[in-house]
Amino acid sequence: MAEHCAVIGIGQTKHRESRRDLSMPGLVRDAALRALQDADMTWKDIDSIVIGTAPDMFEGVMMPELWLSDALGAAGKPIFRVHTAGSVGGSTAVVAAHLVQGGVHEKVLTLAFEKQSEANAMWALSPAIPFQPQLVAGAGGYFAPLIRSYIRRSDAHPDTGCMVAVKDRQNGLLNPNAHLHLDLTLEQVKASPMLWDPIRFSETCPSSDGAVAMVLVSDKHAGRVKNPAWVKGTSVRTERTFFAGRDQVNPAAGKLCAKDVYGEAGITNPTKEIDCAEVYVPFSWFEPMWLENLGFADEGEGWKMTMEGKTALDGEMPWNMSGGVMCTNPIGASGMLRFAEAARQVRGTAEQHQVDGAKVAVGHAYGGGSQFFAMWVVSSER
Amino acid sequence: MNEILSAPYVLEYTYTRSTGPVVGRFLENLRYEVLEGVKTADGRVLCPPLEYDEEGEPTTGEFVPLRPSGTVKSWSWVQEPRKGHPFDRPFAWALIQIDGTDNAMVHAVDAGKAKRMKTGMRVRLRWADEKNGTIRDIACFEPIAPFLPGPVHLEYDVNPGKHYTAYLRGLQEGKFIGGRDPEAGKVYVPPRGADPMTGNPTSEYVEVADVGVLTTFTIIRIPFEGQKLTPPYCFGAIVLDGADTPIYHLISGVPHDDIRMGMRVKAKWKPQDEWETSLENILYFEPTGEPDAPFDSYKEHL
Amino acid sequence: MRDVAIVSFSQLPSVKAIEAADEPELVQPVTSDAMKQVGLTQDDIGFTCSGSTDYLPGRPFSFVAAVDGLKAWPPLRESHVEMDGAFALYEAWVRLMHGDIDTALVFSFGKSSLGPVPDVLNLQNDPYYVQPLGLDSISAAALQAQAMIDARKATERDFAEVVARNRKSAADNPNAQIKGDFSVDEMLQEPYISSPLRKSFCPPLSDSAAAIVLAAGDAAKKLVNRPAWIRGFDHRTEPHALGQRDLTTSPSTKLAAEKAGVGQGKVDVAELHAPFAHQEIILREAMGLGDGVSVNPSGGALAANSLMTAGLIRFGEAANRVLSGDADRAVAHTTNGVCLQHNLVAVLEGE
Repeated sequence: MAEHCAVIGIGQTKHRESRRDLSMPGLVRDAALRALQDADMTWKDIDSIVIGTAPDMFEGVMMPELWLSDALGAAGKPIFRVHTAGSVGGSTAVVAAHLVQGGVHEKVLTLAFEKQSEANAMWALSPAIPFQPQLVAGAGGYFAPLIRSYIRRSDAHPDTGCMVAVKDRQNGLLNPNAHLHLDLTLEQVKASPMLWDPIRFSETCPSSDGAVAMVLVSDKHAGRVKNPAWVKGTSVRTERTFFAGRDQVNPAAGKLCAKDVYGEAGITNPTKEIDCAEVYVPFSWFEPMWLENLGFADEGEGWKMTMEGKTALDGEMPWNMSGGVMCTNPIGASGMLRFAEAARQVRGTAEQHQVDGAKVAVGHAYGGGSQFFAMWVVSSER
Repeated sequence: MNEILSAPYVLEYTYTRSTGPVVGRFLENLRYEVLEGVKTADGRVLCPPLEYDEEGEPTTGEFVPLRPSGTVKSWSWVQEPRKGHPFDRPFAWALIQIDGTDNAMVHAVDAGKAKRMKTGMRVRLRWADEKNGTIRDIACFEPIAPFLPGPVHLEYDVNPGKHYTAYLRGLQEGKFIGGRDPEAGKVYVPPRGADPMTGNPTSEYVEVADVGVLTTFTIIRIPFEGQKLTPPYCFGAIVLDGADTPIYHLISGVPHDDIRMGMRVKAKWKPQDEWETSLENILYFEPTGEPDAPFDSYKEHL
Repeated sequence: MRDVAIVSFSQLPSVKAIEAADEPELVQPVTSDAMKQVGLTQDDIGFTCSGSTDYLPGRPFSFVAAVDGLKAWPPLRESHVEMDGAFALYEAWVRLMHGDIDTALVFSFGKSSLGPVPDVLNLQNDPYYVQPLGLDSISAAALQAQAMIDARKATERDFAEVVARNRKSAADNPNAQIKGDFSVDEMLQEPYISSPLRKSFCPPLSDSAAAIVLAAGDAAKKLVNRPAWIRGFDHRTEPHALGQRDLTTSPSTKLAAEKAGVGQGKVDVAELHAPFAHQEIILREAMGLGDGVSVNPSGGALAANSLMTAGLIRFGEAANRVLSGDADRAVAHTTNGVCLQHNLVAVLEGE
């Protein structure tokens, strides 16, 4: 790559079930302004905008970036729209990083949002289309059988998912922007209703309104702030929803995505060289599954890390310091929130949920039927 | 027999729009037949008011009352209105600069005849009889001389493509049809365009059994919007004998506590005279009573 | 910046309806053909990117199935834009700047035959002020055309002449849908759909798919004798509201063309994505393309207009003329949004 790329501004809205107080332009504007302020910049400084959001049917505006261009000060600038299902927030940040690294633009604003309260995601995900099998399972119904497979394959402790739910909600209590602030005990989580056996209510993510933005710049501009987060590696990988011999519990695309990003960042031993990770965990059981998929644990061993408390904020390998998707889930923005939290950690600006001395962090997103993956590695060192 | 299937499909939904302070105030005032513009930082007046002007600057939030009249800046005559148009008789679309403003509003002009339309013509606003705080509270213009419903209704005609059609035709005859690339030999149910391992078209159709192994499953205990069944019910992945990919269906005819990974199951078909081109020809899968498949035999499908 | 070139292009003939095909069935033939033309397979491709929109089939995540038309094992480095395939080409071009990979596959697909496209495109409008009125895309373009007439920048006869020239050029294009000799006088007798637009001044609606292979530096030179090098590539947007813009000009195209360097040399061929006849006149002026430029030798979007693909096809058609040696320097353009809100411009050169 031609240029180094640094994150020098990060902003997000307060996430809530419904931000009825903000229009869609107001929502994206709120996150973008916070990122610009953090970067000590104004709209005029921005060369280019990269925006991501989940299916347009969630808000009923086709290619909403066209309409939102005024709110984003985009007139006379390039604005680019990415859509890769649930991983979109991550892959949007990857495109923004590539614009800087490739020398195409020097100062890029990237943003992701979702205003789920404008519609009903369950409707938008499952219109009754002729010839398509009816959705009989609901959102969790697709993933519950995979989790059952994981538990069987790894002989995992049945409380693992509950442990993650407790830990992520405790972390979320430290994050004023998080949607859910829940002080739950293990017993309370275990007693919550079983929705999609083996997934309990307290082991699922919420549905949120929210937006997040970052300012990415080349070397020349990184000195505007004293603590840039340097992008050391990016990667995206995709596999098909169904194919013969597909391992849906530990998908090859996720493994390769991790291999690519560690390779680019020069990481050979993730557990030693990475200080913390913010990973897309929409159902709590995905923490142990992704610990294995991303190379933090051997196959079948991920649940032990969780049960031993290693992924807690004060553990050896903190995961989802912000509370993660389990506390905040504006779908199109969820991936970028993970990437942004990784950058906040290495900038030392994560406030109450800061991991002491974090220097290298991973951000991760996935989408579709565990088939679209995006990751980045950020570091306090160039 | 392989005539492509086709069916009407309507995408329809009413969104709940959060309008924010500027748009919300404007639309709410329309209910009371009050037309206002918003001032920009550089002193211009915009109607319809925007939160952010074309330079990306926030507007001031200072509103000014406007006369309900204006000037046509551009127009288009529609002789035969489309279904979603504001009139079912001939009318004009127009960009209308409301008096005292610096931008233009898109709206309809009820002019009766195309001949009455002219750029520069003066128009007055006609209010709708019933108002609900939307832009349609302005019924239209005529020659003078914070929630907003955003309904979407689009009529499509969709078809499932060649391979899926073959699959559905098979179901109509009580058969499961899969597709395979002869080179790779893996059988995809339903057939898809290409084998992902080779990229070759899955050009051969093969019939697979309606019996297979339940590889994994969930018990659904949550009610949700659009749900057709009453929870709890079981939904599982089934690898049919002869297939290399799972299909998903309901599992029934057995107490939930007895459902196991590896259980052998068989399709429970509807009566033959009710068969259509649909997976719904199968009510559910039920146990065959055969011994369970060993874990190793299906673990690659998990 | 790395030198990146278009090395191959494949498209399905644009027709009113390709009935017997869903997304993977459209994607498979064009992607495999584009790779085969230069002797590559999916295993040789470093990055794959596609463009499409969910609102054409009316189904969320419709692009997910398109990957089913590819060999996706081992898992792909892949991305998708909710824009015309030409913007996927832009993302792939940016990706190749990274330097770690040398080839990219870009594709797009659009079935305009499934739904009511002019009404679908109303969903691009402001959901507070315009969407509820039902402003279809033809009527929106008509407001722009009337503004051209009022500003004395063009007449209806000018529109008809643009159409006649495009559809005559399309006669030699086996992939075009509407082609041949169309009489200007007869077109001017057609009834208006939304005045001043008559049926012939509007694009057909087509189903199609297209794919392009990109390669960088020496890799491109190895694959073809004369790569179509991308010498400049830029896109710009404008304010959204029609009432905030001078619809008779396209400042975003002008700026993108300047950034891409259109005016820095003689242009032999330009493939402009102008779905409506009057838009070609606006685009030519914005890019400063004089009479010596062959505009839309393929017939353009007035001859074949598969949504989300028509823009990528402009890039393929322009590149083909460079690849074949017919042109030394070509311009390719794609638009997005109502009344040319957002525009993408590239300069392609043979040397």
